[in-house]
Amino acid sequence: MASWARQVSRWCCLLQSARAAEFPGRLSGRSSSTQACRGFTPLPSRNDVLPWRWQAYRRVCVGSCSPSGSAKDGSFSSPESTLPSPVKQEQAKAETLPDLNAKIPYEDWDDISPSSALEEISEEEAVQIIAEPLLPLRSSTLRDYVDHSETLAKLVHLGVDLSQVEKRQKAGQLLLTLDFEKDIRKILLFLKDVGVEDNQLGPFLTKNPYILAEDLETLETRVAYLKSKKFGKAEIAQMVSRAPYLLLFSVERLDNRLGFFKNELGLSVKKTKDLVLRLPRLLTGKLEPVKENLQVCQIELGFQRNEIQEIVFKTPKILTASKKRLKQTFDYLHNIMGIPHHMLTRFPQVFNSKLLRIKERHMFLTFLGRAQYDPAQPSYISLDQLVSLPDEVFCTEIAKASIQDFEKFLKTL
Amino acid sequence: MAAVPGGLFAVYKPAGVAWSCVREAVELRLLRELNAAPGRAPRQHVRFLPAPGGAVGLVATRMPVLADHPLVRGPRFRKLKIGAGHRLDVKSSGVFVLGIGDGNKLLTDLYNCHLTKVYTVGGLFGKATDDFSDTGKLVEKTTFDHITREKLERILAVIQGTNHKALLMHSNIDMKTQEAYELAVKGLIRPMGKSPPIITAIRCLQFTLPEFQLEIQCLHETQQYLRKIVHEIGLELKSSAVCTQVRRIRDGVFTLDDALLRTQWDLQSIQNAIWDCQLKVKTEIEKTLGHQDKSCRQLSVCYGGNQKERG
Repeated sequence: MASWARQVSRWCCLLQSARAAEFPGRLSGRSSSTQACRGFTPLPSRNDVLPWRWQAYRRVCVGSCSPSGSAKDGSFSSPESTLPSPVKQEQAKAETLPDLNAKIPYEDWDDISPSSALEEISEEEAVQIIAEPLLPLRSSTLRDYVDHSETLAKLVHLGVDLSQVEKRQKAGQLLLTLDFEKDIRKILLFLKDVGVEDNQLGPFLTKNPYILAEDLETLETRVAYLKSKKFGKAEIAQMVSRAPYLLLFSVERLDNRLGFFKNELGLSVKKTKDLVLRLPRLLTGKLEPVKENLQVCQIELGFQRNEIQEIVFKTPKILTASKKRLKQTFDYLHNIMGIPHHMLTRFPQVFNSKLLRIKERHMFLTFLGRAQYDPAQPSYISLDQLVSLPDEVFCTEIAKASIQDFEKFLKTL
Repeated sequence: MAAVPGGLFAVYKPAGVAWSCVREAVELRLLRELNAAPGRAPRQHVRFLPAPGGAVGLVATRMPVLADHPLVRGPRFRKLKIGAGHRLDVKSSGVFVLGIGDGNKLLTDLYNCHLTKVYTVGGLFGKATDDFSDTGKLVEKTTFDHITREKLERILAVIQGTNHKALLMHSNIDMKTQEAYELAVKGLIRPMGKSPPIITAIRCLQFTLPEFQLEIQCLHETQQYLRKIVHEIGLELKSSAVCTQVRRIRDGVFTLDDALLRTQWDLQSIQNAIWDCQLKVKTEIEKTLGHQDKSCRQLSVCYGGNQKERG
């Protein structure tokens, strides 16, 4: 024990002095030595690892209570883990150290005679021994690693909700294998170039952590494709930040989808662009529900084709709404409130509001004798006013009653 | 730091929504509000950082543990224990009791009290449907011109009479005792175990042909049973009737005024509602279950005495 501790401490001191001289304020040597102490971590299979470092690892691992017997015969294999530990990044960091070969000759490490476990060690050496619990080899949460991984820590400070990300399939593993400086920084810079706001980067990566694994060039071709479709820079920025998965779609798929909306709705190029700008989610969502909703509007609700175009253009959300809700709302509006199709086409936003809200307000107005939705007649109440105003304003402005009366009325329903 | 309230409160369930959706909506809103409140401060741990200004050596600094960061830990509350009192089916509306935390125990006690509930039931003569409600499949149409308020009230009196007999039968009390008299004075005669639905009071609130509205006080009922009552009233009057509305205006001690509307389902209102109802619930439970405990104790004393005598 004493021997490896001494070696580590020596190595550590050397690192520190080198560090302090050249990289003040960066990752301390201590943390890399900590990682080395942990012994069985999957080591990077990199060719540029310096030989003395290999040696150091080996010795440290043999000295410590590492269960991996293979350490002795030079070939360093480590137990497989589903979540590769974040140590890798820090090692990668350590590799960027100044070449210490000149200072520490290779033989220096072999000179120290192995001492027995019973040998006493000095206070100074004892202080250098870091006894931290090992990182779990597999875990269901990123919480175990976040204090030991600089990448994860930086992501948290960026505003990425790791508790959300770890629920996604394979996203946790992905984040652990990445290195902030090497892999993540370029994607973040790219996203900033595209126009995603600084404070939106965290939420963006929370929604779509997989973009970190994408190739930068393919991402650029996708942006170039959007540009070729005459989307402005600000428009692309808006679309990408509102639909984070947009850039994961291949150019062919994006082209297909744009074509789908153009053909299915019979819109002009300009209007198609406006549509996807207003609801970029349409491009990344499934197309099947959109098709179904269009069929429902046309066949079950009986809207004309041009009416559907107008409705979709005004409220694109109707394409992603649930069929059942659409039908129920229409049934109430058309069959009970007696509102004709052309009025619904003028105010399609009623389909976005809750049926319960429409019901309550309509019944209150009927009770007061004010339910009059025909614009040709006096004291006309527009559908927009009916659904969009908050309760207080609705009571005073539209129903001309007090909010208490409205609440009392609601309790009689 | 927000604390989870505990106790009983009532909400107003709108018609057309399942009771479980109401329960979930309340839970969701409470969770959102509880998690938005600032949580516990993160733990601190000591880290050795390189000394500032390029000096050699390490400096011990206290830093918050990143694993306790809200973005890493996730929301503090993920689930609340919310239980529902007497259920209301989808088509009915009205006072619906929910319990949070400790309130779930009170819910059981309240159930064991077998308190009466009051409903207003709307009816419409001239139609009959397969599920007795106005939205069901139409089975037959009838005339209703011959019905008068007197005829309706006569039927209601008959219903009340038969139910009163059933009430006495199921309450398992000998009517010729002092105990029965005392209970009757306090108004506590009611079945204390399982029984078929019993209507304790029924009256007509409104009668404008073809519509009518009844107020029914009952216990151990289901909403479908009340719809069936409307249907049977229709048949008794040589016509037919469907039920247009079932609305609970009182559930035990909870009245319409205690019930929170959809817009009031937030932490503060619920907390206030719990405090307002606490005393009422407690006195009611003590009044009913305390009485039961006493009679139980008397019984056990008698039995104990018998055993002693035998010994």
